[in-house]
Amino acid sequence: MTLSVRGLSVSSLVRDVSFEIGAGERLGLIGESGSGKSLTALSIMGLLPEELHASGSVSVNGRELLGMSEKDLSRLRGDELAMVFQEPMTALNPAMRVGRQVTEPGRIHGRRRSAEELLSSVGLDGTARAYPHQLSGGQRQRVVLAMALANEPSLLVCDEPTTALDVTVQAQILTLIKRELSRESSLLFITHDLAVVASVCERVLVMLDGEIVEAGSTREVLTSPKHEYTRKLLDASDLEARR
Amino acid sequence: MRNLVLGGVLVGLVVLAAVLSFFWTPFDPVKVDAAHRLLGFGGSNLFGTDKFGRDLLSQLMVGARTTLYVGVVAVGIAAVIGTLLGILAGMSPRWLGEFVMRVNDLVLAFPALLLAIMFGAVFGADTLTAMVAIGIATIPSFARIARSGTLQVMSTEFVLAARAGGRSRLTIAARHVLPNISGLLIVQASVSFAIAVLAEAALSFLGFGTRPPTPSWGRMLQESQELLTVQPRLALVPGIAIAVAVLGFNLLGDGLRDRLDPRLAAKV
Repeated sequence: MTLSVRGLSVSSLVRDVSFEIGAGERLGLIGESGSGKSLTALSIMGLLPEELHASGSVSVNGRELLGMSEKDLSRLRGDELAMVFQEPMTALNPAMRVGRQVTEPGRIHGRRRSAEELLSSVGLDGTARAYPHQLSGGQRQRVVLAMALANEPSLLVCDEPTTALDVTVQAQILTLIKRELSRESSLLFITHDLAVVASVCERVLVMLDGEIVEAGSTREVLTSPKHEYTRKLLDASDLEARR
Repeated sequence: MRNLVLGGVLVGLVVLAAVLSFFWTPFDPVKVDAAHRLLGFGGSNLFGTDKFGRDLLSQLMVGARTTLYVGVVAVGIAAVIGTLLGILAGMSPRWLGEFVMRVNDLVLAFPALLLAIMFGAVFGADTLTAMVAIGIATIPSFARIARSGTLQVMSTEFVLAARAGGRSRLTIAARHVLPNISGLLIVQASVSFAIAVLAEAALSFLGFGTRPPTPSWGRMLQESQELLTVQPRLALVPGIAIAVAVLGFNLLGDGLRDRLDPRLAAKV
């Protein structure tokens, strides 16, 4: 089991969340804004805001992460754990060249790969000397992805990585994630877009008001939802045609 | 843009006078010449001479050196210590940051000139003590600016992303926070420079700054006092020089702020 979350609670915003992701498994986490998806992701990464406190258990490859010191956590982050954020416009440092940013995780964890190599793996050849503001939203998200994948993490957490992008660019990013994430790596993919879940994930969790209300294989959940909320979600989406 | 250019020109004028004075001044600025006392404008001495027959223009040029020297060292002390404190306060746990800032407020509430006069009384009044005192008094404004900038940067997603990438606090401070608040700091530095120039002049005027015979604009003003009614020229020349320098650095600060303001830059 790569990631195992047991009884995770964050204040009263996330309550008693439990799930597991096996090696190489792609798990989707869906739910509306404010349902606690991002807080779940941030607690796994140990990046919760100072005023929030997580309880329960989060373990990666058998190691307990909750309560781990910031120093030990930072050794795991960017190496075994990586994360892609929602807003590509703000996820890069505006004052640093893209090439330098993309090689930083490698430098920290002692694995040197050239910026050119990393950037060309996401189809951005020759942009190493550019500043983030010179790139489009989709290009920036690819840079963020290259950073996250630089050290071949065993768990990649994507927090709505395609929400801020238009549909064609979304498709590019999803293809990249599917292609570049190694077979053994696990993926936790957070979104509120059911079509995206259907195309990326094998299994899916549905979250409502801080609790997981439904879990199962993507096909099962999207074709014969058991919980009323999932049914509403499906009705509200345009997934009908693809079912 | 107009502010930036005008400020640049005025500051450039002061810097030029200071640099030039190392190689050439019209006359020896400290040479007493009883035969040429209190000469007026024009004549052989462009700005005339003072009661000891010293050439005003030459004094002004060498005085610019003192002014810039004090400004650079005082702002340097304040910028280095203040920025470090501010970033530290912005990145540490909330209670510690608050504590540092409240101490900072205490220092801020202490009048700068009083501090400088105290320093002068304790360590002996000269240019160095004046610089250090002005520098210490300027630390709080840098610490404030640096902290508010740091808090802003720390709440951005790229810092979260940097932490998610395993970067240490030190790396985040040096690579992510500092470059992104440098604009704020540069503006603060030019404004503080103007204040430091004024403070040095005031201290020298009060006799707690630069010691004679080293020329200083503040002391030139002080020496002009007794002849103010008969020779207003003696006060006018250094007074205008101080005004030019202060105005120049203020305009430069305004211009740079317009240039470096992230909100304005984001629109481009």
